[in-house]
Amino acid sequence: MSDYGLLIDYKYCTGCHSCEVACKLRLNLPDGQYGIKLIDDKPWQIDEDTWEYKWLPVPTKLCDLCADRIEAGKTPTCVLHCCAHVMEYGKVEDLAVRMKELGSRTVLFVP
Amino acid sequence: MPFGKVSTPVQWEEDGYTVTRTNSWSAPGDHPTGAGMKLYVKDGILEKVEGDPEHSILKGALPIRMLSLPEYVYNPDRVIYPMKRDPKKRGDNTAWERISWDEAYDMIVGKVKEYTEKFNSNSIITFVGTGREAGNWGPTISCRVFNSPNICYMQSGWSCYGPRMAVTSYVLGAPYPEVDYAAQFPDSYDDPRYTYPGCILLWGKEPLKSNPDGFWGHSLVDMMKKGTKFITVDPRLTFEAANSEFWLQPRPGTDTALAMAFLNVIINEELYDYDFVENWTFGFEEFTKRIQDMPPAKAAEICGVPEEKIIGAARFFAKSKPGAVQWGLAIDQNPNGVQLGECLIAIMAICGCIDVPGGNVMGAIDIGGLGSGYSDLDPQDKINEQIGVDEFPALVRTLQFTDPDSVLDQLESGAPFKLKMGFFTSANAIANPCNVPKRWENALNTLEFNVATDIFINPTISATCDLFLPVNTYAERDMYVATHYGAVGLWIGGIKKAITVGEAKSDVEILRTLGKKLRPELWQYDTDVEYINDQKLKTLGITMEELWEHGWWHVDYEYQKYAKGKLRADGLPGFMTPTGKIELYSTMIEAWGDDPMPYYKEPPTSPVSTPEYAAEYPLVLSTGARTWSYFHSEGRMVPKLREVEPNPLVDINPKDAKKYGIIDGDWVWLENSYGKCKMKASVQPGQKEGALAAQHGWWYPERDASAPELFGVYEVNVNNLTPYKTVGVLGFGAPYKCLMCKIYKA
Repeated sequence: MSDYGLLIDYKYCTGCHSCEVACKLRLNLPDGQYGIKLIDDKPWQIDEDTWEYKWLPVPTKLCDLCADRIEAGKTPTCVLHCCAHVMEYGKVEDLAVRMKELGSRTVLFVP
Repeated sequence: MPFGKVSTPVQWEEDGYTVTRTNSWSAPGDHPTGAGMKLYVKDGILEKVEGDPEHSILKGALPIRMLSLPEYVYNPDRVIYPMKRDPKKRGDNTAWERISWDEAYDMIVGKVKEYTEKFNSNSIITFVGTGREAGNWGPTISCRVFNSPNICYMQSGWSCYGPRMAVTSYVLGAPYPEVDYAAQFPDSYDDPRYTYPGCILLWGKEPLKSNPDGFWGHSLVDMMKKGTKFITVDPRLTFEAANSEFWLQPRPGTDTALAMAFLNVIINEELYDYDFVENWTFGFEEFTKRIQDMPPAKAAEICGVPEEKIIGAARFFAKSKPGAVQWGLAIDQNPNGVQLGECLIAIMAICGCIDVPGGNVMGAIDIGGLGSGYSDLDPQDKINEQIGVDEFPALVRTLQFTDPDSVLDQLESGAPFKLKMGFFTSANAIANPCNVPKRWENALNTLEFNVATDIFINPTISATCDLFLPVNTYAERDMYVATHYGAVGLWIGGIKKAITVGEAKSDVEILRTLGKKLRPELWQYDTDVEYINDQKLKTLGITMEELWEHGWWHVDYEYQKYAKGKLRADGLPGFMTPTGKIELYSTMIEAWGDDPMPYYKEPPTSPVSTPEYAAEYPLVLSTGARTWSYFHSEGRMVPKLREVEPNPLVDINPKDAKKYGIIDGDWVWLENSYGKCKMKASVQPGQKEGALAAQHGWWYPERDASAPELFGVYEVNVNNLTPYKTVGVLGFGAPYKCLMCKIYKA
């Protein structure tokens, strides 16, 4: 298992596709292939005033956590370009601590 | 000085690339958001782009419309040389022939001189699109180059931004009040002067996707994380709506009733800011009487929103300090929208939102964005000759643009005089804004000579133009970008040239060159930068060179300017209105011939106003649903964008879908008495029952470019269903968001 991962505070993910497209551009992927894929759960109603409205970007087998960018002192392209600033890269144990700070509706991926 | 803080020069070397720091605008499309970007160039080719983490507003974030820039710049469909076509062959996209810029300029200059001599320069009309940088130069080209006051934005009722700008100028005496998102501070939200809004009332707008008028949409998410609450008024479930304390889902086109009911609750329950009302508003007593016409129970019935939700939301907003209102395109696209605008400014005013930290900011300065150039008309009173000024004086004199439907009339009738030449600056009329698009196509073809400046041959150019001038993208030119087109100055970013593509030129270079040939006394400038420094930035005491050096510049902002005598020309405290106050009773609107206070009027066609029509066309149709991929009619040829959003969609509630036998993903026709269009159904439980939301601006770059196919534009154009001259009393607002139609499987 990798020591590093991606933390996503998905309560604020707006579904803007920036992670997905930035990654495809970096990896030069054809139509239908993704390094991170935005999963669409069409909004549905829980009760009169509550809606489940979420998107979730999920790293694929093609995700290398932007090894070359990390080496150059940058963040992964999905993290940099996320319009809602909901993605963080780091050591798994640090991200776990961060998850606790962020509270609900977070997910930690270790690609 | 409130310049940005950057750790690099504007250009530097990195890993074999020359990197250029810039701020996006268009083309390719977005509003003037000024996303901070780094452009990576190798051997003269833009290979990739990155967001700039040092950017004070976006902080590295980058929407996909900007991420895919290289696919746009080097798109195989792009045309990078001037081309001409025999006017007899309009519609034949194989008939274009490459020419030199000199030949192109000579053709234009020859025609302008000929028409000016024979028919008066008013016979030359400039058409502008929406939101792109080129829109800023329309008045300059028209007035300062062609010496014609006839500038046309081809959307019935000037239904984009114009009505809101007009209402603001009448009632508030200032440019558009925007939600305070700290764009004026180099340290952004960390500036000690800043406060996060307690609650944002988001009315008829989807800022995340649209970045409206330069407001960075995702700043709403930044605020949400810091505890800002939301009330969303929208028939559609958006991310904002799903995360709101209150989501009110009115029947489209009825929201003036809803806004009046908000005011009814706030005033009758005495939840307003007494001090502000007493000192800074005019007509509160009459306004209070008027607002009694719309108790929440009545609005509930009209709008289809539960009464207790209206009351709850109104109370919640009024008690939130500071509150801020964000009002969207839905205000413009409604013949009753001027009244809705009056209501929303009244809410801002009486709840104490105006010009306070975390409320609605009023731009301190105008950096000569929209509207620049009128003073160059010769003689000056040519401004009184704008088309439509007699029928719609409020619209024409306030916006200083022609009335679009009146231009259509004049093209068709040739009266009172025949228009001869059209100059299209990034204006894809028949695919994007205009109502009755086929009628417009035919009318535009009555012009003898049509010139287009654009990046791609679009349906309008293929159908109507004789000369194509390739303009460049923001990666290929020196420019600046200012929020709200410069009219609500909070922030200005530098745009820096990184590459050259073919023979494409900037809009400013084209108008400078034509200007030198046609009115040389006004055009001494040898470069775009010289022109911008002198004509746009000089009054601010900054230059393009400084913008590049520091990345961007923030206005030195001061709150509560009205109390300090900083809004009026005479230096007295107050607002730049006839009474010096925010006019709840609008003396200007009264003078123009409409009711001085808000009233509710049903949409022109609706289940209530036209029950017989509704029997045949039962669903309320809103157009203009925003997407992540596209800016109006741009971008369908860009592979990464098209992959995300491959089809034109119409949202439908599951109950309606079941009723009409439609399942998710079905191709459907939307049809009413004006026309029809074909889209793909997207069944959405969050869509208002009885209402549809359709995307706009679609065409298929992959299809045959020539007439009659014209990239399939008429098959998919939702504006086939939009009527002609169905506008408010003063001419503002056509019902783009409150049409009626039926739906059936294709």
